[in-house]
Amino acid sequence: MAEHALTTSGESTSALPGLPGVVSDWSADKQAFPVPWGKAMMWIFLLSDTFIFTCFLTSYMNVRISTTVPWPNPSEVFSLDIGGAHIPLILIAIMTMVLITSSGTMAMAVNFGYRRHRANTTALMLITAAFGATFVGMQAFEWTKLIREGVRPWGNPLGATQFGSCFFMITGFHGLHVSAGVIYLTVVALRVWRGFYDRKGSYETVEITGLYWHFVDLVWVFIFAFFYLW
Amino acid sequence: MDTVAGHARAEEHQQHPIAIYLWIWALLFIFSTFSYLIDYFHLHGYLRWSLIITFMLLKAGFIVAVFMHMAWERLALKFAILVPPLCLLILIGLMAVEGDYTFLTRLAAFLR
Repeated sequence: MAEHALTTSGESTSALPGLPGVVSDWSADKQAFPVPWGKAMMWIFLLSDTFIFTCFLTSYMNVRISTTVPWPNPSEVFSLDIGGAHIPLILIAIMTMVLITSSGTMAMAVNFGYRRHRANTTALMLITAAFGATFVGMQAFEWTKLIREGVRPWGNPLGATQFGSCFFMITGFHGLHVSAGVIYLTVVALRVWRGFYDRKGSYETVEITGLYWHFVDLVWVFIFAFFYLW
Repeated sequence: MDTVAGHARAEEHQQHPIAIYLWIWALLFIFSTFSYLIDYFHLHGYLRWSLIITFMLLKAGFIVAVFMHMAWERLALKFAILVPPLCLLILIGLMAVEGDYTFLTRLAAFLR
């Protein structure tokens, strides 16, 4: 009652900014989040995924702190010899750049989607998917290299036994997310190209796909810092 | 055709200038390069860790705020998504303490 009296401009109370806005959004008998349901659900899904990845990274932290055997040095394990030069961690640096590039092209795709540039949106989404596929390819190369060097989930010749299980679990689960994202992006890009979202009258699905893709990049930021730079 | 009709109703609520995405994109490249250089130049100790975590949080913050449009969402959605992960800090703290304890017990057992 009092809040209705406060909004003299005739606007709904749901448009209140700041903390009073939180209270009115949650307490009124109405939809709490003024976003498309697909977007809200994607955020909730990403929240649950945050918990999963944090559990993986936390268990990795725990076994790495508690082991008495020296941990293999990631800087050396993931180095490559390019043109006779020995460059530490270069493979992971390139993978990081590839994923960030794909995140940028995805952000542009969402922007062009809202501007209803169908061709640009499709092209940028397909480029994003191609960068994603490149990333997965490099990860396959990395796995092959480590497996050839004798790294297994139950042991490795480089140091602490837990290195292998943490590596395959964390990068494997992330790689699975990237692979799923490549398929998701391709499906949505083809729908954009066929004009599905023009007929639907909304390009929100492109933004929702973008949320998923940026999250994959976000997880990599943490994996890069904690698994590769530790 | 599509674009002509689109310009008429281009006022979607998540429409932002392209320049801001390009800026964030460039910043992400710069922060990643710095992170890599920390390892390349073998920085150690608190300097290494404060820099790595600073760059990590900056990158994560920019991705969530701008690329995922969280900066333009309503506060109710921000709270619903960003507050629950704070519980994870408790898990991380507990597991760090637990890891130290296990390490010490192992040392005590192996060195006896």
